[in-house]
Amino acid sequence: MRKIQITGLIVFLLGLVSFSLIPFIGSYQLDQKMVERKVKEEHLEPLIPVLEPMYGETYSSNFAFISDFNKYFDEYNEALKEAEEWDKVIWDDYVFELTKEASLGPVHQNPFWYLAISVGLGVIGGLMYILPLYRGEPEGIKNDGIYFSSMKSRGLLGIITGTWLILFYVILYWFPEYMTNLVLMVDPLSYLLSGNPASQWFLYGLIYTLAILVMGIRMFRKYRGNTYQTIRTASVMFFQLAFAFLIPEILVLLNKPWHDFKNIWPLDYTFFYDYRLDGMLGSGALGMFMLIWGIILIIVGVPLFTYFYGKRWYCSWVCGCGGLAETLGDPYRQLSDKSLKAWKVERYMIHGVLVFAVLMTLVTILNYFMEFGLLGEATNQLHSIYGFAIGAAFAGVVGTGFYPFMGNRVWCRFGCPLAAYLGIVQRFKSRFRITTNGGQCISCGNCSTYCEMGIDVRWYAQRGQNIVRASCVGCGVCAAVCPRGVLKLENGEEEGRINENPILIGNKSITVKS
Amino acid sequence: MIKRKKIIIIGNGIAGITCARNIRKKDENSEILVISGETEFFFSRTALMYIYMGHMQFEHTKPYEDWFWEKNNIQLLQAWVELVDFNNKTLLLDSGKKVGYDVLVLATGSVPNKFDWPGQSLNGVQGLYSKQDLDIMEENTAGISHAVIVGGGLIGIEMAEMLASRDISVTFLVREKNFWDNVLPVEEAQLVNRHILEHHIDLRLETEMKEICGDDSGRVDSVLTNKGEKIECQFVGLAVGVSPNVKFLKNLELDMGRGILVDRYFRTNIEDVYAIGDCAEFREKPGADRKNIEQVWYTGRMHGETLAHNLTSEDAVPYRPGIWFNSAKFFDIEYQTYGLVPNERKEGIDSFYWESDSGESCLRLVFEKQTEKILGVNSFGWRLRHEFFDKAIHEGWNLERVLTQLDKADFNTEFYEKFHKSVLAQYNAQEGRNLKIKKSSFLQRLIGSRA
Ligand SMILES: Cc1cc2nc3c(=O)[nH]c(=O)nc-3n(C[C@H](O)[C@H](O)[C@H](O)COP(=O)(O)OP(=O)(O)OC[C@H]3O[C@@H](n4cnc5c(N)ncnc54)[C@H](O)[C@@H]3O)c2cc1C
Ligand code: SF4
Ligand code: SF4
Repeated sequence: MRKIQITGLIVFLLGLVSFSLIPFIGSYQLDQKMVERKVKEEHLEPLIPVLEPMYGETYSSNFAFISDFNKYFDEYNEALKEAEEWDKVIWDDYVFELTKEASLGPVHQNPFWYLAISVGLGVIGGLMYILPLYRGEPEGIKNDGIYFSSMKSRGLLGIITGTWLILFYVILYWFPEYMTNLVLMVDPLSYLLSGNPASQWFLYGLIYTLAILVMGIRMFRKYRGNTYQTIRTASVMFFQLAFAFLIPEILVLLNKPWHDFKNIWPLDYTFFYDYRLDGMLGSGALGMFMLIWGIILIIVGVPLFTYFYGKRWYCSWVCGCGGLAETLGDPYRQLSDKSLKAWKVERYMIHGVLVFAVLMTLVTILNYFMEFGLLGEATNQLHSIYGFAIGAAFAGVVGTGFYPFMGNRVWCRFGCPLAAYLGIVQRFKSRFRITTNGGQCISCGNCSTYCEMGIDVRWYAQRGQNIVRASCVGCGVCAAVCPRGVLKLENGEEEGRINENPILIGNKSITVKS
Repeated sequence: MIKRKKIIIIGNGIAGITCARNIRKKDENSEILVISGETEFFFSRTALMYIYMGHMQFEHTKPYEDWFWEKNNIQLLQAWVELVDFNNKTLLLDSGKKVGYDVLVLATGSVPNKFDWPGQSLNGVQGLYSKQDLDIMEENTAGISHAVIVGGGLIGIEMAEMLASRDISVTFLVREKNFWDNVLPVEEAQLVNRHILEHHIDLRLETEMKEICGDDSGRVDSVLTNKGEKIECQFVGLAVGVSPNVKFLKNLELDMGRGILVDRYFRTNIEDVYAIGDCAEFREKPGADRKNIEQVWYTGRMHGETLAHNLTSEDAVPYRPGIWFNSAKFFDIEYQTYGLVPNERKEGIDSFYWESDSGESCLRLVFEKQTEKILGVNSFGWRLRHEFFDKAIHEGWNLERVLTQLDKADFNTEFYEKFHKSVLAQYNAQEGRNLKIKKSSFLQRLIGSRA
């Protein structure tokens, strides 16, 4: 068993190394036909001569190619800007498309082979490591040695992993032209699913889904015997695979707009953007359904389900961000900050983002109805700030890249506007709570340590108080790790749910309010 | 208006700290100083094992953040008290400093028992009680391959689990017929026996340690048992109970038994001196089925709560614990108990016992034979609702009333197997009865309603 696992680890690392090296192999050559294929009609005339010096030239690396491309492209734009001929400036970004097109590759010729030695090996190696985990051991909590692990307690391995993830996100969001080889290798798959070439987002979606699936299997192993964890993990795996990955691609194949039916505004912050609205409005009955379904989720779905089940129905059963956090992120859950100070920061930040998202959306909708009059400029500004700071930097780079530093729910805890909305409902109008079992708490601290949302669960448990917190995503891990059976996630009558002055059962001398 | 006093509490364990916090809640003026030698800040002793196992770091075992004490104006001092001068109301610290008090609360906890075994002071032989013990255990077990644990109680099995988590093989010597059977009825004790074996612990029942042998460097290398067997090992864990930590108080005016003798108000024989927690010994038992020395977390907390009330209130109340409860975890199996569950058959008392097919969960309901009034319950691998059994036992519910409401007592995680069905089926078969639990409607189940 041990041997299989070690082999698995080696295979996984080989896959990871290939994945990291593939972007840098191969050579590039641009010709005029490619430009004609990829560039918009109106830009063809100026761009063809601008890129002229590159045609036919073979570049031995993407660095050289991209640097030359940017040089010519920027020279052209700079000149226009200097002359203040703003309407001629080309704002479109062609570097990704053209780099991908110009790849001579070996990846271009053998995409499946490269997919196999990178992502394929990663998945196989991962499974070889995961499937034998805890074989022959009784069911129970498997937290032995977490704080001796370099990977799981901010040691060198954790730092390397975090750095790798951050780099990956920075390239994905702002320099995708450097990963065109990786995108090329998933092109055939993308054609198969949606009939279109792959973008960096397709690549990302594929890896994301595989990460949830493979690490979801790890959850099955780790929490074997805990039915709640098993069912909930199966649920996020299903929603990611079907709703976030397959269905949207199939919609595209059917010439419908790409749409994730389980994503809800304001997490899905582009939902009311003009191109999305136009897309839905222009897609017949199905498009109309998308729009109405989306709005129903926002105004009826969220409050109703959260009333009955707490925000967990979304955050740890359905959501894709939550899905990744609960699977890929599970080894890092103990790294969240439990201090009171962190809780204060959290409340300012998450509600700040919610306010930002709501305002931005209001301006967007107003702008849409005013037919892009006065507010056009402001809308664009807001979109680009939000997209950059929240959508990319916060949700992506910090949200996932910081798993090994600040735990697996940084985004969900400090940034997600939907979580803020769900949280307000959960705190003030819901049947969900974590019940504290009388006086049984021994203040050991396992619950607080393993709460990914940084809730100091013990604070409540040791005073016999139910845990009713806006941020609790109902992952159920505090209840799982409690060695004294003190915590139970449940939905029940609202009466007695919140009790500010709890009395610990067991002492009949006095009734102390803790 | 409460008069401003200087209250000193020796010991920052659960008893002392609960007392300090609750005094502060009602008395804003008095000076409160907690002196303790082990650590600067209060931590959870019950969590020591999880530090060794790598589940947590020491930081995580502190129930309050470090700023909490200053904010609540509770002074902390890390020092050992070497002597108490009751006449002059002063303490002598290990630094040589003297501090005076108006009110003194002794909450000094316990120390592990030792029984004068030959070789017990060899290197690599130790008990586990304090943070220091844990640090020593870390050193003592570095790189070793086999250990022997002596004593079949709660700390013994915790030590076995700790060592096993680091792939150190363990021989577990238990004097009794079955694990902890001076507390557990035989079925429960055997359930734990089986689980210990499942974890590859070499469990030796009815075996005592005779002698600990060492090598030339003064380090343990084996133990001899009463069965004449020699077991090679590099570590011996002594877990044969604890006794009040009162050595520094001996031979003074303070009345002592095994612990510091107190009445139901936690008063010692000396005015303004009180004792709570593990170190206190009640002159009279606080309840029919309770012990004179209560050595668990929960009682320490209740002592602290009650004494704090008495120190801040005109009408002092005697300590009156409610229905007994306790819990523990044996490797992966959780145990809870409420009320009275004797380990042996007793006149006039009967019990109903159920065990799951897997043999890893069980339930015992103890009742008065004649009236069928419920007296207590044991459960393994099945979380029960404290509130439910506190009420049922307190109000003396009839056994069948409890059985038909077992679903409400269930505290297991959602989606877990519902054991109460199988319990009821067994009871019905055994007693020729046809009890039923009211089925909840689909809608009730959908929204998780307990009503
Ligand atoms: C490993 C372990 C696991 C346990 N698990 C459980 C459990 O699961 N459930 C349960 O109910 N109970 C458990 N217990 C028992 C429980 O921890 C004790 O009953 C409880 O901690 C006692 O609290 P206390 O406040 O009376 O004393 P303590 O916690 O012992 O605190 C007393 C403090 O006073 C200090 N002190 C003593 N003398 C002096 C002096 N002269 N000068 C200065 N300081 C001094 C000591 O160093 C110590 O820090 C466990 C005990 C151990 C050791
Ligand atoms: S409180 Fe418990 S259920 Fe809620 S997020 Fe924290 S660990 Fe998960
Ligand atoms: S894990 Fe359980 S016993 Fe430990 S502090 Fe939390 S609620 Fe209390």
